[in-house]
Amino acid sequence: MKFAKALASATILAACTFGSASAAELVVGFSQIGSESGWRAAETTLTKQQAEQRGIDLKFADAQQKQENQIKAIRSFIAQGVNAILVAPVVATGWDEVLQEAKDAEIPVILLDRTVDASDDLYLTAVTSDLVHEGSVAGKWLADTVAGKPCNVVELQGTTGSSPAIDRKKGFEQALSGHDNLKIIRSQTGDFTRTKGKEVMESFLKAEGGGKNICALYAHNDDMAVGAIQAIKEAGLKPGKDILVVSIDAVPDIFQAMAAGEANATVELTPNMAGPAFDALAAYLKDGKAPAKWIQTESKLYTQADDPMKVYEEKKGLGY
Amino acid sequence: MTSILRTYLARLLPQLIALVAIVIAISMTFPGFLNLDFQNGRLYGSLIDILNRGAPVVLLAIGMTVVIATKGIDLSVGAVMAICGAVAASFITSGHSLFETILITLAVGLLCGMWNGILVAVLDIQPIIATLVLMVAGRGIAQLVTEGAILTFNDPGLIFIGSGSFAGLPMPVVVWLVFGVLVALLVRQSALGMLIEAIGVNRQASTLSGVLTPVLLIAAYMLSGLCAAIAGIIAAADIRGADANNAGLWLELDAILAVVVGGTSLLGGRFSIAASVLGAIIIQAINTGILLSGFPPEFNLIIKAAIVVFILVLQSPRFRTAFAFLAVPGRAAKTTEQEAK
Repeated sequence: MKFAKALASATILAACTFGSASAAELVVGFSQIGSESGWRAAETTLTKQQAEQRGIDLKFADAQQKQENQIKAIRSFIAQGVNAILVAPVVATGWDEVLQEAKDAEIPVILLDRTVDASDDLYLTAVTSDLVHEGSVAGKWLADTVAGKPCNVVELQGTTGSSPAIDRKKGFEQALSGHDNLKIIRSQTGDFTRTKGKEVMESFLKAEGGGKNICALYAHNDDMAVGAIQAIKEAGLKPGKDILVVSIDAVPDIFQAMAAGEANATVELTPNMAGPAFDALAAYLKDGKAPAKWIQTESKLYTQADDPMKVYEEKKGLGY
Repeated sequence: MTSILRTYLARLLPQLIALVAIVIAISMTFPGFLNLDFQNGRLYGSLIDILNRGAPVVLLAIGMTVVIATKGIDLSVGAVMAICGAVAASFITSGHSLFETILITLAVGLLCGMWNGILVAVLDIQPIIATLVLMVAGRGIAQLVTEGAILTFNDPGLIFIGSGSFAGLPMPVVVWLVFGVLVALLVRQSALGMLIEAIGVNRQASTLSGVLTPVLLIAAYMLSGLCAAIAGIIAAADIRGADANNAGLWLELDAILAVVVGGTSLLGGRFSIAASVLGAIIIQAINTGILLSGFPPEFNLIIKAAIVVFILVLQSPRFRTAFAFLAVPGRAAKTTEQEAK
């Protein structure tokens, strides 16, 4: 309610300030998957913030992880005659019909964070992160940091068979190829969770001489890294020093670990997918110039030198 | 006395053989497996890891055994773990003392169990459906408590339950050992265990012969809820945070598997808590063994399933009659005893 009020006043304010500016009347529907993870909650928060900053009237629909709810929401957005629709598609297939309906109604659709298996003339553009690139940013950081010294790496993979696990592994291995001093000696799934990350790290430590053979840990997400850091500490080693820790996602808790010197680096999967989407939309509505079919978000690297406590404070309130 | 001990050993023999076989198999692929050091005031080694990591499933299996003995099943334990972890984390972060936090968390677990018990015993809903309700809703409740985020805490007392040690053993191991012995004594040193078995064999006949069936049924589900609460506290304390999405996820299935591997029939009746605990440890030994083996993770589930099928086939009376000439005398005797029954 408070938010609706804030949004309404922001819209009015924007309308007064810009007078005839078309942005003030822009109505955008956003069909979100749900709130299955902290990252997604942060994406929702940021999308609302970005809309508010731009004076866009955002109509938000939570699909509770169901495609049928998303299709319903898109149809209702079409019926309401919104100016554009943002969709974070829960699955890749089954979108052709509803996207065609939006196209027939001349409403541009922008995909956020995931893509669909449909002809690319059915949507304006897709804003996503490049998972392979994320892995290679992490790998490159590690290669630069150890600078030629021999280093045995253990890897905590995401859920077996999931696309982030496959792509983040691929990207990391690509970055490591050509660096013969870096070797992945163990790789096992930690299911993206803290509990499994800790359990698997414990077994890595046991299997590699109490951790003496391990020089770095690469985790496919921060949560597994946070679990693994505890396992390293309980084994009597210093995470961040005895074993370097690099992971992906940039959730708030990893910044606390970085501030404490227990994690070394993280690659951000930005929850701000809406910002670039709104920018592309504004450009398209202004001069009809269609953006590229894929807008890649930045995979920013954070290290201990980037004032982790400050980033933590910034990210804390986003709903992660 | 020795004869009691012998029947007891005969009951646990298949599980013990399976466990020893698995431990031998792992130590052959991974030589350092049996090493035990004393480090930071506690025992340190893969064997201790198995006992420690197995804690949640052992606890769930203790409660699950009693529920299954009444011919029921409790699918909600994983979700109750998530609720209780979330409650514990939110109470400790809002400034309550450790004692209050644990008391309230255990009360929430008992309450969840009572809900299940009332659905089963009073409203007469089939256990699988009745507990499915809380299995589905529970994770949502847990997410409401944590507001969708992983709720972290720094209270040293609560963290001690997850990663501290007592008498050289990790706290979770101490907790399940003490709790398991208490429950086993409670049901076996009184008539409770026999009454529970009676309900499982024939609920109507038990009621007609004067057993307070509804009360005992509700108590069984409350015990299961209590076990889930303790497991939830341990799981949250272990990672210093309550993860509503993942805490206890699918552990209800591991707990049921532990009971089955322990040789308790899903049709209710005779049960053994010690055997279920062994079953849970067997499952964790498999998990830890897979992690140590260094196989690619794509093989994890297949290896686990193959070993479980093997253990279950070993327990099958038909298989054992067919191969009785290969079996050790104790097991052959047990087979004939079962056949006679």
